Amino acid sequence: MPTVSMTVNGKQVSGEVEGRTLLSDFLRENLNLTGTHIGCDTSQCGACVVHVNGDSIKSCTLLALQAEGAEVLTIEGLANGTNLHPMQQAFKEHHGLQCGFCTPGMVMSAIDLLKHNPDPSEDEIRDWLQGNMCRCTGYHNIVKAIQAAAQDMRS
Amino acid sequence: MHNFEYHRPSSLDEVAKLLSDSEEAKIVAGGMTLIPTMKQRLAAPSAVIDLGGISELKGVSEDGGNVVVGAMTTHGEVAGDSTVQSKIPALAEAAKHIGDAQVRNRGTIGGSIANNDPAADYPAVLVGLGASVKTNKREIAADDFFVDMFETALEDDEIVVSVSFPVPEKAGYAKFENPASRYAIVGVMVSQGPQGTRVAVTGAGPCAFRVKEMEQALDGNFSADALDGISVPADDLNSDIHASAEYRAHLVGVMAKRAVRAAS
Amino acid sequence: MPDTGIGASTRRKEDQRFLTGKGRYTDDLNRPGQTYAVFVRSPHAHAGLKNVDTSAAESAEGVVAVFTGKDMEDDGVGSLPCGWTVVDKEGNPHKGPPHFPLARYKVRYVGDHVAVVIAETLEQARDAAELVEVDYDEQPANVEPAKAMDAPQLHDDAPNNLCYDWELGDGGAVDEAISKAHHVAKLDLVNNRLIPNAIEPRAAIGEYDEGTDSYTIYSTSQNPHLLRLILCAFVLNLPEHKVRVIAPDVGGGFGSKIYAYAEETVCTWASKRINRPVKWTAERAESFLADAHGRDHVTHVELAMDEDGNFTALKVQTTANMGAYLSNFATCIPTYLYATLLAGQYKTPVIYANVKAVFTNTAPVDAYRGAGRPEATFLLERVVEVAAREMDMDPAELRRRNFIPPDAFPYDTPVALTYDTGNYEAALDEALKMIDYQNFSERKAESEKRGKLRGIGFSAYIEACGIAPSAVVGALGAGVGLWESAQVRFNATGSVSVFTGSHSHGQGHETTFAQLVSETLGVPYESINIVHGDTGSIPMGMGTYGSRSLAVGGSAIQKACDKVIDKGKKIAAHMLEASVDDIEFDKGAFRVAGTDKEKSIAEVAFAAYVPHDYPEGVEPGLDETAFYDPANFTYPAGVHICEVEIDPDTGEVEIADWVAVDDFGRVINPMIVEGQVHGGIAQGVGQALLEHGIYDPESGQLITGSYMDYTMPRADDLPSFKVGMTETLCTHNPLGVKGCGEAGAIAAPPAVINAITDALGVMHMDMPATREKIWRAAQQNRQPQAAE
Repeated sequence: MPTVSMTVNGKQVSGEVEGRTLLSDFLRENLNLTGTHIGCDTSQCGACVVHVNGDSIKSCTLLALQAEGAEVLTIEGLANGTNLHPMQQAFKEHHGLQCGFCTPGMVMSAIDLLKHNPDPSEDEIRDWLQGNMCRCTGYHNIVKAIQAAAQDMRS
Repeated sequence: MHNFEYHRPSSLDEVAKLLSDSEEAKIVAGGMTLIPTMKQRLAAPSAVIDLGGISELKGVSEDGGNVVVGAMTTHGEVAGDSTVQSKIPALAEAAKHIGDAQVRNRGTIGGSIANNDPAADYPAVLVGLGASVKTNKREIAADDFFVDMFETALEDDEIVVSVSFPVPEKAGYAKFENPASRYAIVGVMVSQGPQGTRVAVTGAGPCAFRVKEMEQALDGNFSADALDGISVPADDLNSDIHASAEYRAHLVGVMAKRAVRAAS
Repeated sequence: MPDTGIGASTRRKEDQRFLTGKGRYTDDLNRPGQTYAVFVRSPHAHAGLKNVDTSAAESAEGVVAVFTGKDMEDDGVGSLPCGWTVVDKEGNPHKGPPHFPLARYKVRYVGDHVAVVIAETLEQARDAAELVEVDYDEQPANVEPAKAMDAPQLHDDAPNNLCYDWELGDGGAVDEAISKAHHVAKLDLVNNRLIPNAIEPRAAIGEYDEGTDSYTIYSTSQNPHLLRLILCAFVLNLPEHKVRVIAPDVGGGFGSKIYAYAEETVCTWASKRINRPVKWTAERAESFLADAHGRDHVTHVELAMDEDGNFTALKVQTTANMGAYLSNFATCIPTYLYATLLAGQYKTPVIYANVKAVFTNTAPVDAYRGAGRPEATFLLERVVEVAAREMDMDPAELRRRNFIPPDAFPYDTPVALTYDTGNYEAALDEALKMIDYQNFSERKAESEKRGKLRGIGFSAYIEACGIAPSAVVGALGAGVGLWESAQVRFNATGSVSVFTGSHSHGQGHETTFAQLVSETLGVPYESINIVHGDTGSIPMGMGTYGSRSLAVGGSAIQKACDKVIDKGKKIAAHMLEASVDDIEFDKGAFRVAGTDKEKSIAEVAFAAYVPHDYPEGVEPGLDETAFYDPANFTYPAGVHICEVEIDPDTGEVEIADWVAVDDFGRVINPMIVEGQVHGGIAQGVGQALLEHGIYDPESGQLITGSYMDYTMPRADDLPSFKVGMTETLCTHNPLGVKGCGEAGAIAAPPAVINAITDALGVMHMDMPATREKIWRAAQQNRQPQAAE
């Protein structure tokens, strides 16, 4: 079996995979980073979103081997000890999560939004979140949380 | 997913060799269609050839009066590229609304046009802007490139290298999205420039097509009003749970007008 | 106000782990020696199983075992039960044909379970599943409830595909009132089929321990004890004390994770057969095919009025789709959770409902967020709207005129319920103010200037929650009691562990229940831990659904806290050398009345566990269990108003404004309650505008079998919502609470459709109101100027 190596949350990792092993499987099964979730099989729900080389991507639609040598950041790599990332903190403060299942992908996607657009409008946030489904919150508080995080991260 | 051998060549020559070595090999560019299709076991290639390692396929450049987009340039890169934004804002705008943010971070122009999904944006964008497709073998006009549903002029061992867009005087794109998949139910690119006046439609039919009557009307009067009363026949259009052929035919007119109004 | 007590928007305890990727959902768990199960599913809607050849699959790489319905039959495995007996018009119980975990002799819907392949790895199981050869004898299928009674028969023991023909109310009195009415508003409508789509797919691990001859089941269940009871008592015939069900973090459910399904049954059974753990996780495509769906009614309704618009009678005839088999609670949804709500907020004197439940070649249909109550609310609020338009009355005023007045409670409806309390007019007034109703016509005119059509839609809903008084539901046919349990355990060092039979799948119980206990016992919020979802540690409990967790589960916690305080008084009295009768408890301290002599509850707890100097006749320990069985349902109610703007050129609809004013009784955590309202509205808007589970009428294939075709509400489909509250306290539970989880999903659909039909000037539009439907309606209205 081929071997893949990459940096995940700042740590060098490697493992044996099949050609068909998805990055999401590698993270969940090989590295036990189960914060990255699988909610669909058509690359739409966004529960699996992680950052690869700084861009948010759907880890269920990337072969592990395609991430050879990449810098991968998952939800587990965001907080500094018990200090939450400002986006995580804003989701908590504004009740931007309920069951928590879509949350890792939602947070990773939202952080990428602010890289592109540090001061997004409500419409821009809603537009960006097309690739992240939430069944619990109706998105209301997710939008609020992202607005608050944007403000916090700008100041 | 069925298992396969994974290859990551670093040159186009290597790609060609790998393709000729294996009849069942598939090229993966961004993988936004191929990987989900393989996960559903609807495609089962024996080998997957990843173009991600070929740096010459990436990036936007200017060549004479044309904007040239490398095949492995992502939708996000096209949308955010300053050359594209200044020379052909309609191209940036169209790319900005393909799929979702994560699809735009991986999906590529080369992969999209080689797949020729009838509801993808790029086929209408290329035809509507009179672009041409450069492969490892030749140059193909967009008008000739998109043949039929999921069918292009590409030969089995032919690889898209780049797409060359002539800079239009005006161009605009408007899309009516499928509410579930967010693909185009109808997408219309209009332009006026060195390639004449063009109106190209995706999503509505089995393959992107031009609407000559609209092009003629816009030729003398590039305004939404010029399109009044022009309709496309519903007969050959797609029909599904999200939009009947009749509704699609109507939307072609509405989106064409929106595209003209958006044109800059 | 303290930031962790009752009424505070305390930030949630569970968020730290969810936000850092440390939540533990079923698919995150792996057991030593684990195998993977993949199900072979029927590609046909209706077919005989002539032969299932598993030989090629069995010899494939990595395969451990392949089982079929025959193997389970040989092992004496039973049928998945329906736990609620509905008695039909003639006094006969409903038809409940068997529902085997793996099909025997016949398959009845696309996705029905034919075989299971178990292998060392998931991909090996998937590879081998393709090698199972099934010889099907295809038969004609029907997916439409309206045609079911004339369609090919699914089950030998259900002639005409009829499950039951049931009625409620005084049909004669209703017919007489209709014949004498000044006006009768009539409507034919469909309540569209929905597919629940919790973002966490269902998953299960069955694990058999040969040493103790016992099982552990890890499952995405909303009610682990109920799953254990069903599997043990009805399907697998196992002793309950040998089975432990653990439902760890659960990623949304909305009803779909209440039921005992084929997959966890098979994993549990197979784990003993192969003596290894068996894990199954649904792919989303399987969730679409085989999770229990929701709604799917066809209804005719008539509302009679006198000349002043007072409602005089309501008559409803509904055909409800049960799907191919009865899911666990399928029968009660279109009866006791539906017809009993047809009074709504109105004093309609006589009501009659007739419900025919039918079998079709579709996935089983059961409770989905709201369960019966959205169906009742939709038809009622739609026909009231039609009545207002036909009578040329203001829709808000017509509702107001017919509201049950605040001084009429307790109010007996003509459909078997007694509403304990409410103030419907207060909610309407607040909602009208919040949406600025008096200036609606100006906004409409402004929209028209821009070529847009604006409409406003009302929904005055009521629901029966806090499910449910056991004696009442028992009399109506339920096979279980619907009380809840709680155990409040002081640890020796003063912290508190609370064990509850409720099970959060996103509702924030760890926070709300801790607030309740903190306030009641005066213990710091941080020192309270809520334990749920494990039959090995919690007392028998009934789980979370029907907006019951706080009203029933919270009341049980309150009762257990009261018992702790009672016992604490005895211990404190001894410590303070006073009479028990003189001990008062307040804010965490036991005090001798009228003195400053006191002992903190932590000191009392310590004494209870280190009873060196202790009252005679009092047991050591401070650990109390309580069960709470409600005396009545609770009746949350409110008014939602939706304003839409439509582009007549395309049928695009934008929700321009949304106001929700709800009465949930006492609110423990407003932040969480508002979040529940938002999510419920989103699901209701999804039903009204976007979502539709569609089967092909010819082939019986599920057309909307993925997110490519089933329209999930996304962030850009929805607005932000304005949420207001009114409060009348529930009169019969100790907390005065009513429940809030389903309200939005119940209220929203008619608000949306009333607004759209108002904008378009049409009487009705079936859900989902797609852009094409709206465009067509707009075109018809514009016929005179159709030139463009």
